[in-house]
Amino acid sequence: MSYQFLRNMDASQQISALFLIVFGVLMGFSVYGFVQSLREQPDTPLGDARRMELYNARGLLKTSWLMVTIFWVGWVLGDGVANALFGIVAFFALREFITLSPTRRGDHRSLVLAFFVVLPVQFWLVATRHFDLFTVFIPVYVFLALPVVSVLADDPQRFLERNAKLQWGIMVCVYGMSHVPALLLLNFPGYEGKGAFLVFFLVFVVQTCMVVQHMVGIKLKRPASVPNISKSFSWVHWGVGVLAASVLGALLTGITPFKPGQALGLAFIAAVSGSLGHLVMKALKRDRGVTSWGFQGMSVTGAGGLLDRVDALCFAAPVFFHSVRWYFGL
Amino acid sequence: MLAKLTGFLLLGFIRLLTGAQARWYGCPPKAEQRIYFANHQSHADLVLIWAALPHELRSITRPIAAKDYWTKSNFRRWITTEVFNAVYVDRMGGKAPADAAPDPSAPVADPLEPLVAALQSGDSIIIFPEGTRGHADEPQPFKSGLYTLATRFPDVVLVPAWINNVQRVMPKGEVVPVPILCSVTFGAPVRVEPGEERRPFLDRARQAVMALRDV
Repeated sequence: MSYQFLRNMDASQQISALFLIVFGVLMGFSVYGFVQSLREQPDTPLGDARRMELYNARGLLKTSWLMVTIFWVGWVLGDGVANALFGIVAFFALREFITLSPTRRGDHRSLVLAFFVVLPVQFWLVATRHFDLFTVFIPVYVFLALPVVSVLADDPQRFLERNAKLQWGIMVCVYGMSHVPALLLLNFPGYEGKGAFLVFFLVFVVQTCMVVQHMVGIKLKRPASVPNISKSFSWVHWGVGVLAASVLGALLTGITPFKPGQALGLAFIAAVSGSLGHLVMKALKRDRGVTSWGFQGMSVTGAGGLLDRVDALCFAAPVFFHSVRWYFGL
Repeated sequence: MLAKLTGFLLLGFIRLLTGAQARWYGCPPKAEQRIYFANHQSHADLVLIWAALPHELRSITRPIAAKDYWTKSNFRRWITTEVFNAVYVDRMGGKAPADAAPDPSAPVADPLEPLVAALQSGDSIIIFPEGTRGHADEPQPFKSGLYTLATRFPDVVLVPAWINNVQRVMPKGEVVPVPILCSVTFGAPVRVEPGEERRPFLDRARQAVMALRDV
């Protein structure tokens, strides 16, 4: 009965209901945590362990509250805020990337430029729909500007390496991520104001590919295809994941402006680029000798790194965006 | 009120830039009287460790601020006293006048005096036993103040801490900080063993700090 009730609501009511449920769950956990914190803990190792546990749980809970609140605000306030939210995600992702890429003193000004000029300008270009400039701004202009700033610091040591790292960080975290909100603003004839569904399509398809790939990997043991980079990646698992994602894409045709065949093809493109991008990022992590972008196992999300969660999306979004633009001549 | 607001905004700003992640390995965040001792690479160390402590501990923990640097302008003085609730010390290990004949009977102003006062009033403190900022990868040998305080206050728990990455956020001479994740790792408490000499203890304390670099 409640299912029928949910089905009869319109889209925005359904989303409100979802937020109500999530806020309710968080509230429950917070009350429980508060009651627990009132109990006195003995000064024993056991008590210390409990105290530690409570401390960690409180941190995680706080992060969850923050994230859900941010998403809720983004949903209420519309595209501009959503765009800014993706900008913040890009900021945190780039912060993680730079933390694990050793820089020297001479890079300081380039880093300032990357974080406080390049990133905001890129997302501003998205918000104002300067789609042509936003496509070339980083690969053309920033690509030249940043090394020039580094050169002026007069430090030749590992120059190419340092600049390549910064360039990569910006391409993946800022350029890639900025293509996600750009989908919100893509003007499909007869599809105005429904860009959010395109974002949902992309995220859902890419995540499905990753999850299916992971699940198949657990059930079906295959030798790793690139064992030095990833112990779990195999072409068979990958193929199953991409196939599942493509089929899902075709099933989601109803919420997109595409025809079923087009949806299948675009889902395929997004899944391939996302999953292979994730593999490339794994190689970068291996190179740095870490298993996650989170700083020593911790980060803004409380577990693992933020970049670990969004890297597939960062690679899939630009390819998906430009495929759509080119194919439909938008 | 203004101090509270500044503290709140500053905390948000530091978290946005660096994460100011506290990692508790070896002891939980607990409201007992402690001396936290850490490596020192930047003036921002003080700010980072202040931000990394949980709120309950921040209010009872007083960081040490180098008097010559942190009282240079009115703003610095205000922020260290009102927001960080810092204890000023004259930096030791500076150039002692060579011609000043050591006179043991003369009443020399003890640089540890403000720290002793803070500990006597029940506060926890944060100190940097290297005395000055290091530029090498490894911390410099510890100065003896830590030993003196530890023997004088045997009940206070000594917690080693390793501050990571701060010098990358704002190298000397730059004004705009760069967002880079920083963390403070707190380790298992150390104590002066019965009969332990000054130097062995200080070396052991330094090792305890350095050991936290790789956990």
